Amino acid sequence: MPTTAPTARALGDVTASDSTLRRFLHGLPGVDAVGLEARAASLGTRSIKTTAKAYAIDLAISMVDLTTLEGADTPGKVRALGAKAVHPDPTDRTTPTTAAVCVYPDMVAVAKEAVAGSGVKVASVATAFPAGRAALDVKLADVREAVAAGADEIDMVIDRGAFLAGRYLKVFDEIVAVKEACGTNARLKVIFETGELSTYDNIRRASWLGMLAGADFIKTSTGKVAVNATPANTLLMLEAVRDFRAQTGVQVGVKPAGGIRTSKDAIKFLVLVNETAGEDWLDNHWFRFGASSLLNDLLMQRQKLATGRYSGPDYVTVD
Amino acid sequence: MSDRLSVFKTYKLYVGGKFPRSESGRVYEVQDSKGNWLANAPLSSRKDARDAVVAARKAFGGWSGATAYNRGQVLYRVAEMLEGRREQFVREVADAEGLSKSKAASVVDATIDRWVWYAGWTDKIAQVTGGANPVAGPYFNLSSPEPTGVVAVLAPQESSFLGLVSVVAPVIATGNTAVVIASEKAPLPALSLGEVLATSDVPGGVVNVLSGRTAEIAAPLAAHQDVNAIDLAGADEDLAKELEIAAADNLKRVLRPQAVDYFETPGTERLTAFLETKTVWHPTGALGASGSSY
Repeated sequence: MPTTAPTARALGDVTASDSTLRRFLHGLPGVDAVGLEARAASLGTRSIKTTAKAYAIDLAISMVDLTTLEGADTPGKVRALGAKAVHPDPTDRTTPTTAAVCVYPDMVAVAKEAVAGSGVKVASVATAFPAGRAALDVKLADVREAVAAGADEIDMVIDRGAFLAGRYLKVFDEIVAVKEACGTNARLKVIFETGELSTYDNIRRASWLGMLAGADFIKTSTGKVAVNATPANTLLMLEAVRDFRAQTGVQVGVKPAGGIRTSKDAIKFLVLVNETAGEDWLDNHWFRFGASSLLNDLLMQRQKLATGRYSGPDYVTVD
Repeated sequence: MSDRLSVFKTYKLYVGGKFPRSESGRVYEVQDSKGNWLANAPLSSRKDARDAVVAARKAFGGWSGATAYNRGQVLYRVAEMLEGRREQFVREVADAEGLSKSKAASVVDATIDRWVWYAGWTDKIAQVTGGANPVAGPYFNLSSPEPTGVVAVLAPQESSFLGLVSVVAPVIATGNTAVVIASEKAPLPALSLGEVLATSDVPGGVVNVLSGRTAEIAAPLAAHQDVNAIDLAGADEDLAKELEIAAADNLKRVLRPQAVDYFETPGTERLTAFLETKTVWHPTGALGASGSSY
């Protein structure tokens, strides 16, 4: 399965100029907001119990990008996070590892050392995260530093100002440049900050724009604004990756981030993935959760299923 | 007087300061002592118990951190609110326990007095159970009682209101938060108590009231790893034994059921049952030639 997005042949030369790109993005069908939210809500009512729940919880743990993006991050805190990613529940070694740890670029080397040999990836935010307000050279330097330090994945933010002003080609070129700076080893996640895009139509356009530019993953948000991942906007992005693969043969991953705190929420998202994009995406190569507190709730639920007793916050780490 | 359709009350749970129905959607019929239908009460499930523990844990920091004096004021306010609803409680207690109006009134009065009694203890219990310990060295050695945490309370089955308040008030007076399982047969006074608590400055989650089958709700609470203590007042012998075994798993404090005359003025046993003593050493500085520097 191809993991890098070539300029999609099936879509012709829509990225040839600003006007063709705009024509294409604005030609995408409008989003039925009421229908979208109703569909997301109805998929959220599925009852996932017993063995299916155990499977879903382990799958969700394996999809977590365990994240710390604070100004107060210290090497010690990042090492602790790395240890947790490798052994989420030290009392139960059958617990799967998380997919990745997600840190700022200057912490990549520390994180890399902490998860060495475990298969856990190191993701780094870059491109002047979370605002994305910097010159392109600065953003690219940010990316190169993270990649040089050993980051396996780069989480970039798009220039929302340019996107909202309608300068789609600028956003597109930036993603292409960042993708190039990632080289062949690092996968690129493109963050749209859906909470700042104001409409579902914009989220659909941003999704296609990101995928056309070669994103390996499209990601909802930074976790730094009021509205983060919601079932509705994630459903919309899942539809976009499904349609993109149908048209171009290129599979792109999805990562909702921010605001997903309970196992129940996580399982609802997994239902969305299965019912929208399909089973091919039910794998941590194609779907991730950007989260920090979610992992503790998943572990408590896992302990409950294993022992039959409700667990409590005393039995998981304080991050 | 014209015929008026009476407005039936929907009794609901009291969890986290809100009045939810049972997560399971179930209810059961509550009858008076003669077998007449009184109301439908929620039949709580283990998930309601779990939600109640989450709410109680969330409320613990604020409630245990409040000054003892402040807790006393809040609890006294509860007594004021109870007084205002006196007639309602007299009716509910009379129905629930098959008492005459005047007998029920004396039960409700005793209950309100009990609440005031415990409200007065909030800022006095520390002096009684804590204090300075004599040690051979230049230190203060101080013991002070601290609340245990989240306490599951099985309210007495027979005394639906006086018994209930006699077990709930001491738990929260000392700064614990409570998940209360109301009397199985007579849950209505307990559910109405939730309405009183909601309107009297007690932060949401400090007391959570569940109604339903005592054994069904108590089992997950006794095994719950985030519950710190359990009061088995409302459990029969077999159930108490079973719950105590489950509670041993995370070393919960357990208060075994005992024969109590709830009309008697209680001692401080129920207050101290859910307290833990913390002892701290504090240097006094060098002892002077006189033998003391303070």
